[in-house]
Amino acid sequence: MMLIDTLAQGMLLGGLYALFAAGLSLVFGIMRLVNLAHGDLIILAAYLILTVATVTGLHPFVAVLIAAPLMFGFGWLLQTHLLNRVLGNDILPPLLVTFGLSVVIQNGLLSTFTADSQKLTAGSIEAASVDLGVVTLGVMPVLTFGSAVLVIFLLNQLFYRTALGRAFRATSDDAVTAQLMGIRPQRVFAMATGIAMVVATIAALYLGTRANFDPSIGPARLLYAFEAVIIGGLGSLWGTLAGGIVIGLAQAIGASINPEWQILSGHIAFVLVLLIRPRGLFPRAND
Amino acid sequence: MSALLTIAGLTAHYGDFQALFGVDLTLDQGQTVAIIGANGAGKTTLMRAITGVAKVTAGSVRLAGEEITRSPAPDILTRGVAMVPEGRKLFPSLTVEENLLIGAHARRGNGFWTLERIQTLFPILKERRLSPGTALSGGQQQMVAIGRALMSNPQVLLCDELSLGLAPVVIKEIYAAFPQIKDSGTSIIVVEQDISQALRVADHVHCMMEGRITLSGRPSELSRDAIHDAYFGVNHA
Repeated sequence: MMLIDTLAQGMLLGGLYALFAAGLSLVFGIMRLVNLAHGDLIILAAYLILTVATVTGLHPFVAVLIAAPLMFGFGWLLQTHLLNRVLGNDILPPLLVTFGLSVVIQNGLLSTFTADSQKLTAGSIEAASVDLGVVTLGVMPVLTFGSAVLVIFLLNQLFYRTALGRAFRATSDDAVTAQLMGIRPQRVFAMATGIAMVVATIAALYLGTRANFDPSIGPARLLYAFEAVIIGGLGSLWGTLAGGIVIGLAQAIGASINPEWQILSGHIAFVLVLLIRPRGLFPRAND
Repeated sequence: MSALLTIAGLTAHYGDFQALFGVDLTLDQGQTVAIIGANGAGKTTLMRAITGVAKVTAGSVRLAGEEITRSPAPDILTRGVAMVPEGRKLFPSLTVEENLLIGAHARRGNGFWTLERIQTLFPILKERRLSPGTALSGGQQQMVAIGRALMSNPQVLLCDELSLGLAPVVIKEIYAAFPQIKDSGTSIIVVEQDISQALRVADHVHCMMEGRITLSGRPSELSRDAIHDAYFGVNHA
């Protein structure tokens, strides 16, 4: 009984990690860019939702509808004016620039919102639960997991069923030949980062309603996201969901043995998966 | 006949190495021009310079009188110059059909070439439409690359080394599609190392060596010896 509960909670937590990771996975898959500021961008989105909710009095679930397009625009501008300039054969410049961006975002948030912890309040839904007989699940974790599955499903549809997705894949394969098809890689990249920021905003909604956040917690979210992407196999979106679930399960099992082991267990699971399958669970065939 | 593509004094570099030295060339409406030459003669750099992939350092490229020199590659494609690149360069993540469809990415409006017409031209591409593009044989991949370029309904089709690495029977099959491509109103430049194939399809032949055009003429006017000399750089004078 206890075990089933632990596994269910761990899997649902994995949904949140998958949401952290989906945007990172998308951007890496298309432009081979490891965005070290991804965690901080999620926190930035959480503060944006908070601000919209505070100013307008809207529920966070409604405020996210305003925050998401704003974050899309921010991602587009970020890619067009900053990241496109540093993408190239050398992988170091984008790492340095996104690392710098991470520092800038953290300090910007700190001076604007102070170091005080904040939380998005969603009302009674936060404490609501459904009793499934064998296990009782919180409505919010179930919503989080459902959103993660939906987001990954939609990203996959976008990737494999639309002209934009074709352009994403072609540019990822060979940006020079893609230009001969009339594709402008820089615009494709801007679109991808914009979409990644929309996913980051959804992640921020569930992060902010689940627990407190402050300007300094971005890098730890990046670490979970990064581990989920690597466990799943680079470039595979469903793999990223699986990676999130692996970390969530490991953390839940670790915490059930000793609460201090929660975070550590996730990292140990990451190392174990890498030892057994160095390319992750679902590596892309042509990488 | 009016000049569709006019190249004048084109100079280009491949890294620090100067690969083209003032190349002049014209392609008339409806014409097929062949460029022959040994490895390293600058043929591929010429194709890449026309399509905006290689950096042009001097000279000009005009399409129907309009300057397209140094335009970004996607713009040049939109203006009507499509390329079948050397080595085919299919997208491995895309199926055969998706490789064809991506050729029409920047296309606006209708034109002769549609997915159905390409699949009629090369029926095997319909049969294998769901295979990954790179799972096909070399000849079939070349058909995909040609179809992909045609999907943009180009005014000018540049074909770089179509026959490279292919068996003679396969080369023949691919060139059998040329009359239909010409009938669709597309003018063609083929870069070839296979001299006899080039002489068979072309209205006009240019021979390149060390970044310069060393011999030009109609296939009927050029003697085997002259081509041989220009190709290998033998000078009887």
